[in-house]
Amino acid sequence: MTQQETGAGGGEIKISARDVQVHYGDNHALRDVSVDIRDKMVTAFIGPSGCGKSTFLRCLNRMNDTIEDCRVEGDIRLDGEDIYAPEVDPVHLRARVGMVFQKPNPFPKSIYDNVAYGPRIHGLAKNKAELDEIVEKSLRRGAIWDEVKDRLDAPGTSLSGGQQQRLCIARAIATSPEVLLMDEPCSALDPIATAQIEELIDELRRQFCVVMVTHSMQQAARVSQRTAFFHLGQLVEYGETGQIFTNPSDPRTESYITGRIG
Amino acid sequence: MTQSPPAERKVDWKDPQLAATLRARHARERRLKLLGLASLGAAFAMLFILLASLAASGYKAFVQTHVTMDFIISEQNVSPDKPEKGKYRKVVAESLQAVFPEVSRKEMRQLRKILSNGAQYMVRDAVVADPSLIGGVLRLTVPVSDPYDQLNKGEIDRATPEANRRLSDREIAWFDRLKEAGMISTPFNKALFLNADSRFPELAGLKGALWGSFYALLVCFLLSFPIGIGAAIYLEEFAPRNRFTDIIEVNINNLAAVPSVVFGLLALAVFLGWFNLPRSAAFVGGMTLALMTLPTIIIATRAALKAVPPSIREAALGLGASRQQVVFGHVLPLAMPGILTGTIIGLAQALGETAPLLLIGMNAFITSAPESAFEPATALPTQIFIWADSPERGFAARTSAAILVLLGFLIIMNLTAVILRRKFERKW
Repeated sequence: MTQQETGAGGGEIKISARDVQVHYGDNHALRDVSVDIRDKMVTAFIGPSGCGKSTFLRCLNRMNDTIEDCRVEGDIRLDGEDIYAPEVDPVHLRARVGMVFQKPNPFPKSIYDNVAYGPRIHGLAKNKAELDEIVEKSLRRGAIWDEVKDRLDAPGTSLSGGQQQRLCIARAIATSPEVLLMDEPCSALDPIATAQIEELIDELRRQFCVVMVTHSMQQAARVSQRTAFFHLGQLVEYGETGQIFTNPSDPRTESYITGRIG
Repeated sequence: MTQSPPAERKVDWKDPQLAATLRARHARERRLKLLGLASLGAAFAMLFILLASLAASGYKAFVQTHVTMDFIISEQNVSPDKPEKGKYRKVVAESLQAVFPEVSRKEMRQLRKILSNGAQYMVRDAVVADPSLIGGVLRLTVPVSDPYDQLNKGEIDRATPEANRRLSDREIAWFDRLKEAGMISTPFNKALFLNADSRFPELAGLKGALWGSFYALLVCFLLSFPIGIGAAIYLEEFAPRNRFTDIIEVNINNLAAVPSVVFGLLALAVFLGWFNLPRSAAFVGGMTLALMTLPTIIIATRAALKAVPPSIREAALGLGASRQQVVFGHVLPLAMPGILTGTIIGLAQALGETAPLLLIGMNAFITSAPESAFEPATALPTQIFIWADSPERGFAARTSAAILVLLGFLIIMNLTAVILRRKFERKW
């Protein structure tokens, strides 16, 4: 297993996973996944439906904890620190590892309250002015400030799908996470909104370690620097995006990207 | 894929057989619609018959025949020192004698029955409130007794032979004289709402039952709403799924189906028997009703919590909200319309519940409205039960009127449920 070392460049190793196993009851959903995810770049997980890529993504902020009879084994370290160690509080971890979901899911509250929610529950702002500043900065980074600055009191659910997803990204950014997990963030959006989100993701990698799951190989090719290919619960191949798409080393990867399996 | 695909089968969409099946499908749909309309129509017809028959028999109870006459308050009968101890029976008799001077002392006993038994107390209360009336004349409007009220409302047929009639010819003649003199009026029956129960229909009212129901429902709400929501939140959001919680779940669903009389027996044994709580009290009634309402609220709340989209939970969890913050900050507010609807429907059910209240004695004959939840009281449905059981003619109409009042409250509660639902419902 040398895949995790292939592909140089980018930042330092942010997340390192070793021999991760995930069971849903009797179903062994993910086996022996070892991967190093680097900071300040976009890592894409691709693979056919049910291959375990979303499952693995949800291990990285312990969202799988909320699913009953889901068992995670192995070792996942964020900055060298075991995130499944008993002293790690998942609530705290999820503030450091933000997540954006497949379907835009703003709270049925105002745009302002959506973004302010994270900072509020974690006590990141001392006063209203500071909170206003966090909200504005997050909305700017989410590339949606110009569209909503005049109607921060409007419900987040009144926005269009693409705007909602950017709002959700802004909401995730507001807690100043180190890692941003995105679970197929564009699959419910039209091509124009998708292009906007992709542009935003490219912008975000300057500050964050971005990990995204995607169904679209073109999207992985467009926005990611490194790509991991999952198949039947296993990590088949992991490397630089260019290399995966042009010169895959595993025949299964080749079959998938040329459209023969999937 | 080694074998070749099967040869393509041509479908002729103009085939008359296909057209026939299509027609049959449409016919089936039309039949279903017709059946639906018919059942709706039947339901509405039933409802209409119910309301119409109640209104037809109950509307008469909303007015009450009164007589306005002068009561002579002589110092002989009422001493100015103790106006509350006066001989008011005599005052009433003498005042009637003044209207009917030809009536003999013997007939007086009959004549006095034209006024409600409560008339003497009304005169007393007026005199006590204003002692300057002593030695003068008091003009007061008092209810007539039930047979005369029935006569005035046309319930007593003058064509019936005298022997089979509640009132004799002479009694009817007296009443007609009062009527000709313009002393009879039929105003709105305020007593129906301002009086508590009475042996005399013309004096009986729902005040005690309304207060009793109010206190019982208040206690029921205060107990079942927080406990029910708490139990539902724990079961739905925090409890592990294991055999123990499965058993609890099955039992809650079973409890919702337990006949209410069983809850009444339980309350009788536990609340009254063991804890020696007061009999007939609205507080105990409320606790009993809470036992019945709890499963309804728990089930409605759990369903409402389940209906909150998981994406909202994930969003909050993904931002690092704790389980409790997710539940109280996001899930519960979104589930509120469903919870409120379930609660109000549960309370409406409790409002109409009779059997458990009978067992804890809330069907007692109580002539004063309760001042608190711990005093003996009746409730609306038990009051209906008592009145329906009473032989006096006047109670028949009052029973229907009380049912109309109860239905009115039920409609108001259900409307509140709809309005609250509309108000709190959020779109996404």
